[in-house]
Amino acid sequence: MEAAHALASGTSSLLVWLVALPALGATILLLAGRRSDKWGHLLATGLSGASFVVGVVELFKMLSRDGESRGVSQHLFTWINAGSFKVEAGLLLDQLSICFVLLITGVGTLIHVYSIAYMEHDHDRRRFFSYLNLFIAAMLLLVLGDSFLNLYVGWEGVGLASYLLIGFWNQKPAYATAAKKAFIVNRIGDMGLSFAIMIAFTAFGTVSFQGVANHAGPEHKQVMTWMGLALLLAAAGKSAQFPLQSWLGDAMAGPTPVSALIHAATMVTAGVYLITRSNFVFDSAPTAQLMVVIVGVVTLLFGALIGTAKDDIKKALAASTMSQIGYMVLAAGLGPAGYAFAIMHLLTHGFFKASMFLGAGSVMHGMNDEVDMRKFGRLRVAMPITYLTFGLGYLAIIGVPPFSGFFSKDKIIEAAFNAGGARGWIIGLAALLGAAITAFYMTRVMVMTFFGQKRWADDVHPHESPKLMTAPIIILSIGSIAAGALFAFGSSLQLWLEPVVARGFVEGEPALQPIVVSIMALVAVALGVALAYVKYVRVPVEAVAPTNVSIWTRFARRDLLQDAFNEAVFMRPGQYLTRALSFFDRKVVDGAVNGTGALFGGLSVRVRRVQTGYVRTYALLILVGAALVLAAMLAARI
Amino acid sequence: MNFVAPVINYSQVLPILIVLGTALLGVIVEAFFARDRRYQIQVPLSIAGLVLAFVWILKIRATTSITAESAVAIDGPALVLQGAIVILGIAGLLLIAERKLDSSGDAFVAQAAAIPGSEAERTATLAKLTQTEVFPLTLFAIAGMMLFPAANDLVTMFVALEVLSLPLYLMSGLARRRRLLSQEAAMKYFLLGAFSSAFFLYGAAFLYGYSGSVGFRQIREAIQTNAGNDVFLLTGIALVSVGLLFKVSAVPFHSWTPDVYQGAPTPVTAFMAACTKIAAFGAFARLFYVGLSGARWDWRPMLTVIAIATMVLGALWALTQTDIKRMLAYSSVAHSGFILTGIVATNKAGLSGTLFYLVTYGFTTIGAFAIVTLVRNASGEATHISGYAGLGKRSPWIAMLLSLFLLGLAGIPLTSGFVAKFAVFSAAYESGSTVLVIFGVLTSAIAAFFYIRLIVLMFFQDPEEDGPTVAAVPLMTTAAIALCATVTLVLGILPNALVHVIDAASRFVF
Repeated sequence: MEAAHALASGTSSLLVWLVALPALGATILLLAGRRSDKWGHLLATGLSGASFVVGVVELFKMLSRDGESRGVSQHLFTWINAGSFKVEAGLLLDQLSICFVLLITGVGTLIHVYSIAYMEHDHDRRRFFSYLNLFIAAMLLLVLGDSFLNLYVGWEGVGLASYLLIGFWNQKPAYATAAKKAFIVNRIGDMGLSFAIMIAFTAFGTVSFQGVANHAGPEHKQVMTWMGLALLLAAAGKSAQFPLQSWLGDAMAGPTPVSALIHAATMVTAGVYLITRSNFVFDSAPTAQLMVVIVGVVTLLFGALIGTAKDDIKKALAASTMSQIGYMVLAAGLGPAGYAFAIMHLLTHGFFKASMFLGAGSVMHGMNDEVDMRKFGRLRVAMPITYLTFGLGYLAIIGVPPFSGFFSKDKIIEAAFNAGGARGWIIGLAALLGAAITAFYMTRVMVMTFFGQKRWADDVHPHESPKLMTAPIIILSIGSIAAGALFAFGSSLQLWLEPVVARGFVEGEPALQPIVVSIMALVAVALGVALAYVKYVRVPVEAVAPTNVSIWTRFARRDLLQDAFNEAVFMRPGQYLTRALSFFDRKVVDGAVNGTGALFGGLSVRVRRVQTGYVRTYALLILVGAALVLAAMLAARI
Repeated sequence: MNFVAPVINYSQVLPILIVLGTALLGVIVEAFFARDRRYQIQVPLSIAGLVLAFVWILKIRATTSITAESAVAIDGPALVLQGAIVILGIAGLLLIAERKLDSSGDAFVAQAAAIPGSEAERTATLAKLTQTEVFPLTLFAIAGMMLFPAANDLVTMFVALEVLSLPLYLMSGLARRRRLLSQEAAMKYFLLGAFSSAFFLYGAAFLYGYSGSVGFRQIREAIQTNAGNDVFLLTGIALVSVGLLFKVSAVPFHSWTPDVYQGAPTPVTAFMAACTKIAAFGAFARLFYVGLSGARWDWRPMLTVIAIATMVLGALWALTQTDIKRMLAYSSVAHSGFILTGIVATNKAGLSGTLFYLVTYGFTTIGAFAIVTLVRNASGEATHISGYAGLGKRSPWIAMLLSLFLLGLAGIPLTSGFVAKFAVFSAAYESGSTVLVIFGVLTSAIAAFFYIRLIVLMFFQDPEEDGPTVAAVPLMTTAAIALCATVTLVLGILPNALVHVIDAASRFVF
């Protein structure tokens, strides 16, 4: 492998403002408290928008430089300086991170705008906006950090923001529990990241991306494999990948804009960013890469299957998010051939999934916060804009040309087949199967929500949402129409990212012609749609979920038993373990401690008898002591 | 042989002289001013004297010289300790001068000469008499304490020892409440103090017999040239050590400590626990580092064993105490063991660690005892630790401050105690006394138990019905506590400034 190139070749003093502006907003809103209730949401939206403007400025500056020297950095301060261990707090903006910066601040700002209307009647709207700003700041820090440790700070920051926002309505115990669940599952993943950091430090003495990249190569295969597996664990936690996927469905407890921004468009894709950013690690560790692919494939099917049985519109979308991120992880696991497609799908997904979540929010807004799709139906009449935009998102996600999802997903399936040999066929077919299931369950969502007979109660009066809510959705829909073609046209995104993720990579001969793959994908999609048509259009949807269903449906309704599995495999043994530990603690540790205490106490009582209170005893003690000291001093001489 | 007047550099001993002079002025005030005016004069006078002394110490801070016919050595360690003693003396004096806490006046007996429980005592109490002799007595003690670590020969050392001890014997017997306990404490302290002084003197005689001089430099040179009879030297070291170990309350010479600490008026206990220890360890260090350093292979094993016994037994005894003053007394015994760890290191780090430890220990101890003066019920201070249950709910600030001091004494990070323990343990480790360090760390763990038990009691238990309360904290006590708390925190978080000062000062002149 050639010597690692410099990640950044210039500096920019603007970078810090990207993070600082929303961080400032969060600080002001949290400190000012209720006093900022009146203008807090405007300030937060404005600062998020300002951060987006900075991002755009940086993009244009970047475009004015040539491909090799587009990365810029900004040194902030020396964070840790302990002997040989030195960590600089610095920011790095290159072709990869700018994609994220624009996605986060762009979609983020739109969702700020949307939330102004969505959260209008909420007593705590200001607190909500301060958390949103906190999230934007942390997420930007995550993608801008120039070392694993700096990334870790942002990583934990988004975890915190996610926790706070899932549990935003924490007066409902179920929501608070969902927040805790997300936090705990994420914690397991975070351990992976800290392990990776420790491995990097132990093996290479550095935790910066550049420093670790300098050591990349086959000679460090073993270290890189361990590090890669640790990073994969981290990515699985944050991106809700198998086996740490269980929190995402419950995370829908948060306000819908949060689901759109954090649990669909940005934060959950942090795992994909981490893998792509650490491309130098995975490229030196084929075993870890294979694991990434396996995790991606399992999750994309897992999520898709769960999606087929969900009646809660947000949970169905959450399952689809999980599945779509599975595609991204799969692509990232394919190495230089796939990184660019992972990012492309990530970006297009950011648009269409955010727009669909906001659409779902819009539906809920008009339906008194109802989420059960069996109580919807025929909403296309009542909510034409929501229907249209959601429909565009739907076409994008199932991969109908020329909508954006077609280009990005198609590329991933193609790359999967190109992985070569039996492996290529297995993952390629799995990806195709996933595409078919996706088409099935998304059609189901679409049909149950907007078509068929109206199934809502009489006291519900569905209506279109205010402009402040529909405008962001419309803008996002434009993205879901056009982004894919834009990125795919002339392989523009692939070339853009090449200096960062696929340096010196030469594409091999494809196993299947692209056009063949595209046709196969379209056939799969058509099959999925057809099946859904048969099941949900030809047969009217029941207002109450039928109970006499096959074991497979029940299986899917229970999230493929993920919670039962976790409960049986981790929680119960964990509980037994804690119970055993607490028993051990009480009987053995406390016993030992109390025993020690009792021993010392007993000793203390016994030695206390020396303290009689009689001055003659004390004097005798002093005399004996003096004699002993004297004897000890003279002992050597006699 | 002509008589030659001794050469004394008055500037260098001026801090001691200022305090002594103020004490004498205080005696004159006692003699010439009306009883009810004395307090108003004594308090400002004493504090002014101490402040002036401190200012002068700052002025001569760079001095390194031997003066007064080589009887007194003014050098870094002496000045650091004198400065600490004076500042802590001010804090102690503020507690002693507090008259807003006890409904019947101050912490001191109306008429010390009256027999406890007698008619005379009752009359004096009813007349609300208050005494002010305690101020000059305190100043005399402080003067003795300042001379003690500067004494450069055995005779001066003995004189200083007596100058500091005699007022303390008296002051211990002055408690207003629980008179018998207080008088018993004074009596025990006096008898045992006299007993141990005899050992010191006897040892001094042996050292004189060995070297032909009482001066530390002469003793040092005699050891270097191996001039005299070894048995005289070793006997002398042993007996002199006994005298000094008594003062620092090392096991097995500690037995007076709990009785005296408990019986003495709490402000006096606070003052004496902090300042006596500093002075005595200062003298200890000078004698062993200057005079006896050549014989260190003889006395180090003995002191190592004593240090271990002091740490372990002090902590052990403290575990089962139910009276907070006795608990703090045993904790002070254990701390003597920790400080001895620094002395035994016999290197520069050991000396600077010891000095740092003494300073931090002084402030946390006065602070802790100052809080004890605040927690009261109808019959005065409530010293039984059950009275501290739930204090965190009744008086969160007081409980938090006491917790701070206790954590400092336990040596928890971010308090001065941690830095101090770290300093002495690392010095001992550096000098090869690994066993001592192991015992030190283990004992710290035992010791932490009883400090933290009290904190748990304060914060996690419900207050007793009609338990003791903390009234509004009066000004002077507040000042003393604030000073101690600030030092404890600042030295815990930013110890470097003082560490540098002490490090630069840690060199004995001889």
